[in-house]
Amino acid sequence: MSKEYINMETPVIEMRDIVKKFGDFVANDGINLTVHKGEIHAILGENGAGKSTLMNQLYGLLKPTSGQILVNGKPIEMNNPRDAIAAGIGMVHQHFMLIQPFTVTENIVLGTEPVKGVKLDMATARKNVEELSQRYGLSIDPDAKIEDISVSMQQRVEILKALYRGADILILDEPTSSLTPQEIEELIVIMRNLTRDGKSIIIITHKLKEIKAAADFCTIIRQGKYIRTVDVEEVNENDLASMMVGRNVTFTVDKPEMEAGDVVLDVKDLHCNDYRDVEIVKGLNLQVRRGQIVGIAGIDGNGQTELVEVITGLRKGSSGQILVNGVDVCNKPPRFGFDHGVSSIPADRQKHGLILDFSVEDNLILQNYEEEPYSKKGIFRRDAIFSHATESIENYDIRPQNSERRPAGTLSGGNQQKVIIAREVQNDKDLLIAVNPTRGLDVGAIEYVHKYIVEQRNKGKAVLLVSFELDEIMSLSDTIDVIFDGKIVASMPGKGANENDLGLLMAGGKANG
Amino acid sequence: MDKKKSIWTIISETRIIHILLSILLGFVVGAFFLVVMGLDVGAAYGRLISSVTSVKGFSYVVVYGIPYIMTGLSVAFSFRTGIFNIGAEGQFVVGAMAAACIGILLPNLPPVVLIPLCFIGSMLAGAIWGIVVGFLKNKWGINEVLSMIMFNWIAFYLSNFIAGIPAIHSDGTAEATKNISANASTLLSKDLISQLGLCPTANWGIFVALVMTVIVWLVIEKTTLGYRLKAVGANKFAAEYGGINVNRSILTALAISGALAGLGGALHLMGMGGRISIFSSQEGFGFAGIVAALIGCSHPFGVFFAGLFYGALTYGGSKLNLVGAPTQLINVIVGTVVLFIAISVVFERLKYVQFKKKPKPAAAQNVKEGTDK
Repeated sequence: MSKEYINMETPVIEMRDIVKKFGDFVANDGINLTVHKGEIHAILGENGAGKSTLMNQLYGLLKPTSGQILVNGKPIEMNNPRDAIAAGIGMVHQHFMLIQPFTVTENIVLGTEPVKGVKLDMATARKNVEELSQRYGLSIDPDAKIEDISVSMQQRVEILKALYRGADILILDEPTSSLTPQEIEELIVIMRNLTRDGKSIIIITHKLKEIKAAADFCTIIRQGKYIRTVDVEEVNENDLASMMVGRNVTFTVDKPEMEAGDVVLDVKDLHCNDYRDVEIVKGLNLQVRRGQIVGIAGIDGNGQTELVEVITGLRKGSSGQILVNGVDVCNKPPRFGFDHGVSSIPADRQKHGLILDFSVEDNLILQNYEEEPYSKKGIFRRDAIFSHATESIENYDIRPQNSERRPAGTLSGGNQQKVIIAREVQNDKDLLIAVNPTRGLDVGAIEYVHKYIVEQRNKGKAVLLVSFELDEIMSLSDTIDVIFDGKIVASMPGKGANENDLGLLMAGGKANG
Repeated sequence: MDKKKSIWTIISETRIIHILLSILLGFVVGAFFLVVMGLDVGAAYGRLISSVTSVKGFSYVVVYGIPYIMTGLSVAFSFRTGIFNIGAEGQFVVGAMAAACIGILLPNLPPVVLIPLCFIGSMLAGAIWGIVVGFLKNKWGINEVLSMIMFNWIAFYLSNFIAGIPAIHSDGTAEATKNISANASTLLSKDLISQLGLCPTANWGIFVALVMTVIVWLVIEKTTLGYRLKAVGANKFAAEYGGINVNRSILTALAISGALAGLGGALHLMGMGGRISIFSSQEGFGFAGIVAALIGCSHPFGVFFAGLFYGALTYGGSKLNLVGAPTQLINVIVGTVVLFIAISVVFERLKYVQFKKKPKPAAAQNVKEGTDK
C-alpha cells in the first residue's frame, strides 16, 4: 500500500478531545482524530464503542459536549448536516437513502437540480453525473433506475451524490457490509481514485481485513475512549483486534474432524415465491447431515431468505419437499417444524427472534411455555421460569447479569442474540438453522456465537448456516453450498474453499479451475 | 432485581403518580372553566364530593361504575393483547340484549339457574360479536377498528329491532322491552337496601365485576393463555416464529374481550333498569370503557378503580346543576384527565427513545453495545 496521495502537511479534519455525553453516559470520552488530504482513515471499534457517535458529530447530526472540530484548519460549529455539506463533508450511510423508481441521475441531483429558466435541465444533469462517474472510475449508467441496479451500484450512486454536492471528505459507514469480495475490491479501487484526486475518506468498520487492504491510518476506539491511531502498515490484524477488544482474540474456530452422519434435512426440488409472488426459489436441492455444518453462500436476494422461511414454516412452498428426519415439514405451521426437530436463529432478531417488550425470562420460554416445569395445566410457575433464566444467563454469558426480568429490548444486540441462542440451543433439536447469526455483532460476541454453533455440530446436530459474511461461511462450514438465482449451483468442502471462486459462483459465474 | 418489591418501588415503577397528577390537573382545568363562568369552584367541587361520599351516594357510584369496569376490562384486555377493541360498545349492547331475552322468555326458572344463564348468554353474545370481527380480519384482512365501529351500529339497530318484537316488546306504552323476570334481577333485597341506606338500584353486580377483575389479572399475568395472547400483541412475528397460532390467538383475545363487555351489559341490565329502551343514539358504555382502560393503564385493578372513578364523576356530575354548574363540566374534567394521561405516555416514549440511544451507566460497564446502530 502506498501513501503517495497523502499530504501530511494539510490536515483536513481535526477532532480534538471530543467528549459526548448522553445524560450520565459518556459515549465519546476525549477522542482525537486527524485526517489529512488524500488519506483513507479507518475508525475501528466494537459495536457501541462510539464510532457512529463520533461520525455523527462530524456530520452535524450531534453536537459534542466539549471539544473542537476543525475543518481545513478552521474551527467550525455544525448544527445540522447542511453545515457539514457546506464544509465539504459527505456521508454515505450504511442503509442507502435512494428513491427506487428514480434514475441514477435523478437521485444524484435531487435537491440541487440544474435548471434552465423554470425547466429542469436533465441533459446537463446527466452530463455532469457521467463526467463525475468517469473521473473516478465508477462506471455507472446514469439512466438506470435504482430498483434495477445492484447494491454495490447503489452505493456508488450514494458516493456520487456526496461528490456532486462538492464533498472533499467522505464518511463511509460500514461500506462493505453487503458487498461480494469482488465488489469490495472494486470499491477499494474507487477509494484510491478518489484519494488520488485529493479527496479524503473516513471508513467506519469493524472488519479488520478491509482496514489492512484499504486504509492508510486507523484510529481505534474502545468503550468511548481513544486508544490510539496507528499506521496500518505497521500492524497486523491480530494487533488491531486486540486493541479494539482489549484482549487477545482468536479468529480460528476450533473444529475437530468429524464424520457426517445420517441426513437430517433433505430439501427436494423446492420452489417458492417471494413477497411479490415471483418465483425466487427454483428447484432447490439441499442436504444437511448429523455432525455437519452446511453453509449457504450467496448474495442477498438469491432465495436464501425465502428458503429458510419455507423450512421454518413462515412461507408457503409452491412445490417440493422438505424432509426433517423423514417428515415433510413443507407448508406446515412453524410449530410443526419445531415439534419435528427444527430450531432456528432468525435473521432479524428483533422482529422474529425476540419479543422486545417481554422480559428475558419470558423470551427464553417462547416455545416451551406450555411445558413443565414452566407451567402446569396452563398456570405459570414463575420460580421455574426464573431459575431457568438465571441458569441461561450464567451459561450463555448474557449481560448484564440479573437481567431475568428486564425487557429484552433493553439488552444490547449481542446479548439479545445470546438470549436467542440460549433458547434455541437448549431446545436441543436435531436441526439448527442460523441466519446471519453474527450480523452487527462485535468480535467478542462473534467468537461466542461461533463457539455455540460448532458445539451443536460436535454434539451430532445438523447445522444449516446462511450468512452474507463469506469469512464466516468459510471458517465454520464443513460443506459450502453456493446459492444463485434460487438454486444451489455449486457445492464444495469448506476446507480449502477459495474466496475468489466463491465470489464468482455467487455472482453466477464459473469458478476458475 | 429483587423478587419481592416494596410498595414504593411499585408506585415508582407503575404510573400511579402520572395518573393521580393527571386527575388533579383535570380538576384544575375544570376549576378554570368554573371561574370563567363565574361560578363558585368550592361549591361545585364540594357538591361533587359530598354527593359521592355519603353511603347512599357511594352506592350509586358503585352501581354506576359496574358497566364502566366491565367495558374497561374489555378494552384493557384488548390493549394488552395488541388489539384496540373499540367495539366494546356493540358487545355491551348485544350482551345486554341477550340477557334481556333470556330474562324475559324464561321467567319461571329459579334465580340460581336463570342468573347464570343470563350471564353466560351475554358473554356468548359479546364473544361472538368480537369473534366475527376477528374472523373478518383473519380471513380478508379487514381492519378491525373499522369493522368494530360498524358492528357497534349493527348491534345498536339489532337491539332496537329485537326490542320491537312482540314477544319482547313491553305490553305497555313504553318504547322498551318488557321487564326481565324478577328471578333474573341482581338487586339487593328491599330490606337490606333500606337497612343499609343504599340507593334503590343497589345490586351485587359489583362483586361479579370484582371477580372478573381478578380473573382477568390472573389470565394476563399467570397463565400460558395470557402469555400467548400478549406475545401476539407485542410482536406477532416473533410469536408466529415461536410456534404460536397468531390468527387463533387474535380470535381468542377478541372473544374474551367481547365476553367481558357482553357481561357488562348483562350486569347493567339486571342490576339497574331491568329492561332495555329503544334508543335513538348509542349509550356510550363501550367508549367510557376506553376511558376507564386509559385511566387504569390497562391494568385490571387500575381499571376497577378507574371504573369507580368514572362512576363517581357521572353520578356526582348529575348533581352539579343543583349548585348551578353545568353537568358537562364532568366531560371537561374527564377529557382533560385522558389528555394528560395520553401526554404522559408520550413523555414515557421520549424517555424510552433516549434510553435506546444510550445504555444506563450501570449497563455501560459490562455492555459493549448501545450507541452504534
